[in-house]
Amino acid sequence: MAEYKRSQLLADSPSGYCPGCLHGLATKLIAEVIDELGQADNSLNVISVGCSALNILYWGGDFLSVAHGRAPAAATGIKRVNPERLVFAYQGDGDLAAIGLAEIMSAANRGENFTVIFANNQTYGMTGGQMAPTTLIGQKTTTTVYGRDPATTGYPLKMCELISTLEAPRFVARYALNSPKGVSDARKGIKKAFQMQLDGKGFTFIELLTNCPTNWKMTPLQTFDYMNSNTIPYFKPGVYKDTEANG
Amino acid sequence: MIKINAKYCKSCGYCIRFCPKKILEMGTERNRRGHFYPVVTDPDKCISCGICASMCPDAAIELPAKEGA
Amino acid sequence: MGDKRFMKGNEAIAEAAVRGGCRFFAGYPITPQNEIPEYLSWRLPEVGGAFVQGESEVASINMVYGAAAMGTRALTSSSGPGISLKAEGISYLAAAALPAVIVNISRGGPGLGSIQPAQSDYLQATKALGHGGFHAMVLAPNSAQEAADLVYDAWEYAERDRNPVLVLMDGCLGNIMEEVELPPMKELHDEDLPEWSLTRRNGRDWQGNITPIYTELILEGLNAMAGEMYKAWEEDDVKVEEFMLDDAEYVVVAYGIASRVSKEAILKLREEGVKIGMIRPITLFPFPKKSIRNLDFTKVKGIFDIEMTVPAQMREDIELQVMDRCPIYEYGRSGGCLLDDDGVYDAIAEIVKGEDA
Repeated sequence: MAEYKRSQLLADSPSGYCPGCLHGLATKLIAEVIDELGQADNSLNVISVGCSALNILYWGGDFLSVAHGRAPAAATGIKRVNPERLVFAYQGDGDLAAIGLAEIMSAANRGENFTVIFANNQTYGMTGGQMAPTTLIGQKTTTTVYGRDPATTGYPLKMCELISTLEAPRFVARYALNSPKGVSDARKGIKKAFQMQLDGKGFTFIELLTNCPTNWKMTPLQTFDYMNSNTIPYFKPGVYKDTEANG
Repeated sequence: MIKINAKYCKSCGYCIRFCPKKILEMGTERNRRGHFYPVVTDPDKCISCGICASMCPDAAIELPAKEGA
Repeated sequence: MGDKRFMKGNEAIAEAAVRGGCRFFAGYPITPQNEIPEYLSWRLPEVGGAFVQGESEVASINMVYGAAAMGTRALTSSSGPGISLKAEGISYLAAAALPAVIVNISRGGPGLGSIQPAQSDYLQATKALGHGGFHAMVLAPNSAQEAADLVYDAWEYAERDRNPVLVLMDGCLGNIMEEVELPPMKELHDEDLPEWSLTRRNGRDWQGNITPIYTELILEGLNAMAGEMYKAWEEDDVKVEEFMLDDAEYVVVAYGIASRVSKEAILKLREEGVKIGMIRPITLFPFPKKSIRNLDFTKVKGIFDIEMTVPAQMREDIELQVMDRCPIYEYGRSGGCLLDDDGVYDAIAEIVKGEDA
C-alpha cells in the first residue's frame, strides 16, 4: 500500500466536529481527492451554514463562507468570473434541502460548472437537533418529539432523485459513509465529479449520507448500525445520473 | 504499519470496528483533549490495508511509506 | 469629444457601471428597474463580463457576494420589495468586507406597494439596509447624468472601504430619458485585483479566506472599525448641492426627483421675491449634516422637507441638525403619485405668504 498522509488542506489541529461525526470524514475525503487531482491551490471551498461551517477553522485551503442556503448562488458568482477554479459547495441538509432549495435547484438547472457536496445527516446539528427536511418518518428530534409525522411535516426529501430529473446536471450520486466500501465509492464519486468540473462538463452533485451521534443520541458506532437499518433503506446509495456512463 | 496521531483522535472507534485483522483496540491513555485513542495490539499482523485510516473522521491515522520501498 | 447619448436613467446606470469596471451582474426582474438587467444581459458579455438572471433577489445578491469575493466589480439592482429580499446578502457583504454596488430604483411602499415611482426607501437605505447595525454609503443622483457619474465611481468607494455602496434613485429618474455624457472605459488588469480577493489571478500564493462570521472579540473590533469608517465618511465623502442659500430665509431640503421638482418651485418663488434656497443631499449617508447645522438661523425662518413619500422620512435627520431653531414643514406625495412643481409651490407659498401676511 502506498503512503497515506494527512492532507495539507486540513488544519494541524483537531476538527470542531463531535467524536464520530462523518462531516469530518467527508471533509477529509474531499481534501484527499483534491490532493490526488493536484488541485490544492486551485480549489475553492464554499462553506455553508450549520455544522459544516466548522470547516472555517479546519479547512486549510481557500474558502468563502456564505449565508445559509446560498452556497450554490455564491458559487455561481465565483465560477462565472473565475471559471478556472475548482469550486465546490459543501452543504448540510437544512442548508441545502430547506432554506436553500431554490438555490440548489436553480444552480443545478442552469448547469453551473461546479460541484455541490451534500452532507445528509437528517438533522439540524448546530442548532441542537431539530427536524430537517430529510429527517426520517418517525425519527425523534427536538421539534418532532413524538417522531416525524408525515401528516403535518411531509416526507424526507430525496435530493439526488429530485436533481436527477433535471436536464442539465451531469453526475448525480449518493454514497453512505458508514462503511469502507461506501467511503471508497464516495472517494471515486467525488473524484469523478471534480474531474468532470475541471473538464468543463457542468453541474455535479454528490450526496453523502452522514450521521449525528450527538443529536441522534447514540454512540458513533450505534449510528453506523442505525444508518444500515434506517437511513440507507430510504436514501438508497447509487449513481442517479451520469451523462458520461455510456461515453 | 500504521501511525496513529493521538492528538487528533476523538475515540469514535471506527478504526477498531473495521480493522480486518482485529489488531486495534482502545488504549488506556488519553490525549490532551481527554480522548482515549486506539493502540495496535499486534503490529506484525498489520497488512497496511489502510481501512482504519480511510474510516477515520479525524485524519488521525497515517500509513507511512514502506521502508526501502 | 465626449460620448453623448440620449438614454434612460436606468440605461445610463448600466452603461456607466460597465465603463466603471463592472464585470458581473445578477438580478431578478422587478419594475421599475428592468432596463438595468436587460441592458447588461447583452452589454456585459461584450466586454468579457458575466450576466446571470437569478432565481430570486436572495440568490442574486449572493451571486454578487461570490463574484465580489473574487475581486470582480459586481452589481445588482432591484426596487423596494427586492431590496428587502437582498437585505440578508447586503448585511453579509458588510460583514465579510466585500465591495459591491447595489442599485435601488424605488417605488411606492410598503409591501408590494405600487410599481410607480416613490422615494419610499430612505429609512431602509440610510438606517437599516439589513440586520446587525451596519451602513452602506448611499448615493442619490437627481439626473441620468449624475447617476452615470456616481455609478462610474461607486466601486472606487466600495473597494476603498471594502463595503457595499447603495445607489438610491426613484423609478421616475430611472425611466425618463435625458442626454448623458458617458465617461471613458476604465482599464482594469488582473494584477490590480485586490490582494485579499480569492482569485488566484492576482498572483496570491497564500491561503485566502473570506467569512461573515467571527469570534466575539474580533467581531467587536470590526464593529468598532466600521464605526470609525462611518465617521470618516462624514469628514471626507459628503456630497451636497447648495442652491441659492446666501440670503435664504427659507430652505428646502430635498434629494433625487424631489430636488428637481422643488427647484422649479424655488425659481418661481424667487421671481416673486421669496428668499428661498435648497440643500440637496447627494450622499444620503453620510448625510450632509453641516450644511443644515451651519445655516444662519438668525435669517432662516423655516425648513421644508420635500420628498416623494408620505410621511417624510428624511425629517428626523433634518431635525437633528436644526435643533428647534426654526420650524420644519414637510410636503410630499406618495403611493406612486408624482410630485409636481405646482404642488410644491403651493405647499411652500401657503406657509411663506401666510407668515408674511
